[in-house]
Amino acid sequence: MSIAKNFFEIFSLPASWELDQSVLDKKFRTLQLTFHPDRYANKNDFEKRLAVQTASTINQAYETLSSPLLRAQYLLKLEGFDADQESHITSDGQFLMQQMLLREALSDAKDCANPKDALVALSIEAQQAAAKIQSEFAQYFNTKEYNQAFDALAKMQFACKFVSDISRLEAELEEL
Amino acid sequence: MALLQISEPGQSPQPHQRKHAVGIDLGTTNSLVATVRSGSADILPDEQGRNLLPSVVHYEAEGVSCVGYEAAEHNSSDPLNTLTSIKRLMGRGLDDIKRLGNSLPYDFAADEGGMPKIKTAHGPVSPIQVSAEILRKLAGRAELAFEGMLDGAVITVPAYFDEAQRQATKDAATLAGIKVLRLLNEPTAAAIAYGLDAEENEDTSAQRLIAVYDLGGGTFDISILRLSKGVFEVLATGGDSALGGDDLDHAIANWLCSELGMTHDLDPVEQRVLLETAKCAKEELTETDKVELDILDAKLVLTKDQLHELVDGLIDQTLSACKRAIRDAGVKVNLIEEVVLVGGSTRMPRVAQKVAELFGRQPKCSLDPDLVVAMGAAKQAEVLIGNKSADDMLLLDVIPLSLGIETMGGLTEKLIHRNTTIPVAKAQEFTTFKDGQTAMSIHVVQGDRELVSDCRSLARFELRGIPPMVAGSAKIQVSYQVDADGLLNVSARELSSGVESSIEVKPSYGLTDNEITQMLQDSFSHARDDMRLRALREQQVEADRMLEDLRAAIDKDGESLLDTTELKCLEVALDELQVLRESCDDHRQLANQIESIGKSSEDFAARRMDVSIKQALAGLSLDEALDK
Repeated sequence: MSIAKNFFEIFSLPASWELDQSVLDKKFRTLQLTFHPDRYANKNDFEKRLAVQTASTINQAYETLSSPLLRAQYLLKLEGFDADQESHITSDGQFLMQQMLLREALSDAKDCANPKDALVALSIEAQQAAAKIQSEFAQYFNTKEYNQAFDALAKMQFACKFVSDISRLEAELEEL
Repeated sequence: MALLQISEPGQSPQPHQRKHAVGIDLGTTNSLVATVRSGSADILPDEQGRNLLPSVVHYEAEGVSCVGYEAAEHNSSDPLNTLTSIKRLMGRGLDDIKRLGNSLPYDFAADEGGMPKIKTAHGPVSPIQVSAEILRKLAGRAELAFEGMLDGAVITVPAYFDEAQRQATKDAATLAGIKVLRLLNEPTAAAIAYGLDAEENEDTSAQRLIAVYDLGGGTFDISILRLSKGVFEVLATGGDSALGGDDLDHAIANWLCSELGMTHDLDPVEQRVLLETAKCAKEELTETDKVELDILDAKLVLTKDQLHELVDGLIDQTLSACKRAIRDAGVKVNLIEEVVLVGGSTRMPRVAQKVAELFGRQPKCSLDPDLVVAMGAAKQAEVLIGNKSADDMLLLDVIPLSLGIETMGGLTEKLIHRNTTIPVAKAQEFTTFKDGQTAMSIHVVQGDRELVSDCRSLARFELRGIPPMVAGSAKIQVSYQVDADGLLNVSARELSSGVESSIEVKPSYGLTDNEITQMLQDSFSHARDDMRLRALREQQVEADRMLEDLRAAIDKDGESLLDTTELKCLEVALDELQVLRESCDDHRQLANQIESIGKSSEDFAARRMDVSIKQALAGLSLDEALDK
């Protein structure tokens, strides 16, 4: 791959948790205006192929940096903590208890009289929980306490999965 | 694969001449061709001034007798040889077709590959061949209008078309001798036609969210897009590639059938009569509240309310798909500023009404819903062929269905999720499950379900020659690359040994490259010489392009990005290519030299790409980035 640099460098951004999405959006469009395969429609096959690869990398970098979970994962990977390679389960009892209660609430919500409203309420609660863990991650990452940040990442994965489970249920209800 | 060049052998296209590019809407019911003339997209009509071309092909014993309006006249008299709605069969297998039920009154013959062929008086024909006939007819209109050859076309496909359906469409174009500049999603094409139009008189700095609802004759698409300064970014797409106006007709025809008390299996003529009546009733009811029908010696009355009962279920299916797409896009329905209606079936007032209810606003249909897709495609073609500066327009589209791989237990592991922006590349590592395993079978699937059996099988291939190892210690990296047409390439590699295997995904129900080559050869009278000359001419064009590109690159960046040896080697190779270009008449030799220069200059190209990324962002200071 040609641009074997890290995803932050592609956008000339510092490798930090804090990120201005609107700046990233603009830079993403600027890069794709230059490198999208449509710009190479009249070039030779090798340049065309290179454009496909480059545009693919830009897309992947944009997707990774735009998602808080993927961005956190990627930041820690740059620091040598690879969540794809080693699975880590948090030992934060309070967090686990909270997630267990949320899970129970989710299965109750499915069977209650007005599941849609129950899911909306639960979704708000879950997103608040997720936001709280994100700021926990940010705090540890910014102070270079990577082991703790890695633990926070495990919780983020947990919380994100929960948020997406809720929206999948909402989708199922809507399509009934 | 590009087998055909567009200009005749010997006539080299002059690089600075304006090129002829068109947009083609290859529809289920009607097809169109459009081009950009003096800045605006115009439909190219036939000699009688008709914009549409009915997507109908009639066969006789000698071959194709006619295409379009003439062919449609044989609809009722010779149904088995009059092929309509062929788009519904593109990239589909016999099993899929059985699921469509009795909706298509043809006799099918399976060929060895499982691709269905339709029995006609001329013998069995594939849906790809039939589509190629329609494309050829449209290309003919274009060449008449240009008084010259067509240089390339953007062909539209439903956004929800899967890999197999896209590949089949591209194959049909190849068979028709048309160079495909891009396969473009129909709703995205419509957005271009509308979006650029709107931009001229509105505030251009803002971002807008729009939805394109496209209900055609046989397919349904919904796309949610974000528009900003000429960038069309598809956030999510959804739909059903087997739901369209045809199905509304069938619902009405079934009702007719039961009202008439017809319980026997209908013969093809009866089927066509019922469908024609159903279609007319549907169209008349856009204007009136009830319609009287004379059919097979009986009189029936169909009211608007009855019609709604018959079709509401189908329309509701499209609305479910809309809701899912809105959710996938991560937006709220009230933030969508505009809803655009595309496709002939949106002329039905009930459809527009239900769409308006869902989105909470009156949909827009200021451009003719039958023409808008071809017009958008023409604008994109104009940019891709190089006639128009591309600086002010960019399309970022997505794949409609997830791409995955079969893992143990018949489960799908998704490598690329639906609604991911294309082009996209993803790689994932897998491992062996038996000690000493030396081969691994890779099954590529498309779909969003968990079980492989519920997804579409795209291709199977094997990675062989894995060095024997303990189970679980081999590292097999499988890479998926989807290009800007939405077409997939898969490769697999064992990382410790470097053993590699890759395929261009050819769908199970498509034509092989050999079959296409064979059909192309059959269609030329002096097949061999012609093919060779064409191939040679094509390689010469490629050589010219490479010489021009690389020499310019060396002039600009050679000294800064190459060391002396690299520079020398590349220059020598280019000189050799120049000599071959002038003297050699063997296209394979020329192709080999191009290929080898391409390989050896890949690093150089990559370094240049790196530099230009820096340049693209240089000068884009934070403030500017925010203002833009």
